[in-house]
Amino acid sequence: MAHKRLGKQTVKLQNPPSIIATSSIVGPKEGEGPLKNFFDQIIQDDLWGEESWEKCESKLQREVVKLALSNAKIVESQVDFLLAGDLLNQIIASSFAARQLAIPFFGLYGACSTMAESLSLGSMLIDGGFADKIACATSSHFSTAERQYRYPLEHGNQRPLTSQWTVTGAGASILSSSGGAPYITHVTTGKVIDPGIKDANNMGAAMAPAAADVIVQHFKDTGLKPSDYDLIITGDLASIGKEITEELIAKEGYNVSNVYSDCGIEIFDNKKQDTHAGGSGCGCSAVVFNGYVYKQLLSKKLNRVLLVSTGALLSPTSAMQGESIPGIAHAVSISNIIS
Amino acid sequence: MKKINQKDYANYVNEKIPKPKIVKNCIWAFLVGGLICTFGQVITNFVIKYGLDKKAASTATPVILIFLSALLTGLGVYDKIGKRAGAGSIVPITGFANSIVSPAMEFKREGFVLGVAAKMFTVAGPVLVYGIGSSVFVGILYLLLKK
Repeated sequence: MAHKRLGKQTVKLQNPPSIIATSSIVGPKEGEGPLKNFFDQIIQDDLWGEESWEKCESKLQREVVKLALSNAKIVESQVDFLLAGDLLNQIIASSFAARQLAIPFFGLYGACSTMAESLSLGSMLIDGGFADKIACATSSHFSTAERQYRYPLEHGNQRPLTSQWTVTGAGASILSSSGGAPYITHVTTGKVIDPGIKDANNMGAAMAPAAADVIVQHFKDTGLKPSDYDLIITGDLASIGKEITEELIAKEGYNVSNVYSDCGIEIFDNKKQDTHAGGSGCGCSAVVFNGYVYKQLLSKKLNRVLLVSTGALLSPTSAMQGESIPGIAHAVSISNIIS
Repeated sequence: MKKINQKDYANYVNEKIPKPKIVKNCIWAFLVGGLICTFGQVITNFVIKYGLDKKAASTATPVILIFLSALLTGLGVYDKIGKRAGAGSIVPITGFANSIVSPAMEFKREGFVLGVAAKMFTVAGPVLVYGIGSSVFVGILYLLLKK
């Protein structure tokens, strides 16, 4: 009997793991955005001394893990697992980063839901007694994503108003079986939900039902209410997806409007930075959580946060074959207080 | 949560999508597209003035336009023009040049054979295939009907 389960999709962690340190590195555009003061490092150009954007993304992930370790004042050999993923084909940014980190590695793919996915699995591994220290990391890069999913950068096309801007950046969290606040208290794992959207330039709408579903399920499973949270933040739904999510949650009888935001909206000033609907990518929720939200938790400006990273599970092949875009979202409840 | 009806959801999402500024976009496309074509005429007049006949001038003009578009693509300017002008800078021959040069630049890191050469026509390829294909088809039709 799985005694740590709560309701249909939630796990209540008996010994909630601590997030003892985080780190975030972002690209130049993100470094000009409203959250610039919260990031550990801002790189000056999108190659960062590497020969290709893919190598740059891998370096972002490698360096962000190293930075998180140094923030936690531990070394690689003390870490039991590295859980990481990214958007590139065969998750090369993560595995190539791991090849230079001497940490046992599990590669994850959850599209842009990877940050919450890695935190979910990491905290369950720790609570299960399988590890003491775990590094959770993910990254994305505007230029690697554009060339994989869309057009060459110098192609003179127009981006639709629903399109989002892939965040160049990487974030990492170090989870530990011992340590202080903040703690991961609950994990609600989302189902893949496909609302039938086929437009790859409207991923917010494709992911919104998955996000709404996992948030509502989290409330049902745990008995918590929106007012119990200081912040509920989705990964990269951006302006259109956020509005839809809020309305879908309201239909189920929960009003989250006072506490709800989206990392894709927070990271850019859409009007000034010309990012249309907002930010996206694995790096979006990773840098907003590990940069901004974590620091707010440490300074007690926020005490309970629900991080809901959202992923659009399409591939260039599936899009060309006319498949719709399934969405996924995972919720991780992070709190300064454990009851 | 209840299962989502995909049709209802699509209608609901359509209402949320911001509408593009069609009039403004059309004006931009008209002005930039017109400007590129006028510039082409300027080149034609210029080369005729310097001694080319009409047939040679109609070869020289696209060559110069394609060169300038490739140059502007390489300098990272053409995509900025395209962002405003849309079809105004995609439809003229300069847009065609941009659609070939931009993937060629982008895939240089994958090598000159499997990168540049193989990827060069990813955007323009369909236009070439169906453009040339339909001209062959029309040519055959013309030949048959003429007899």
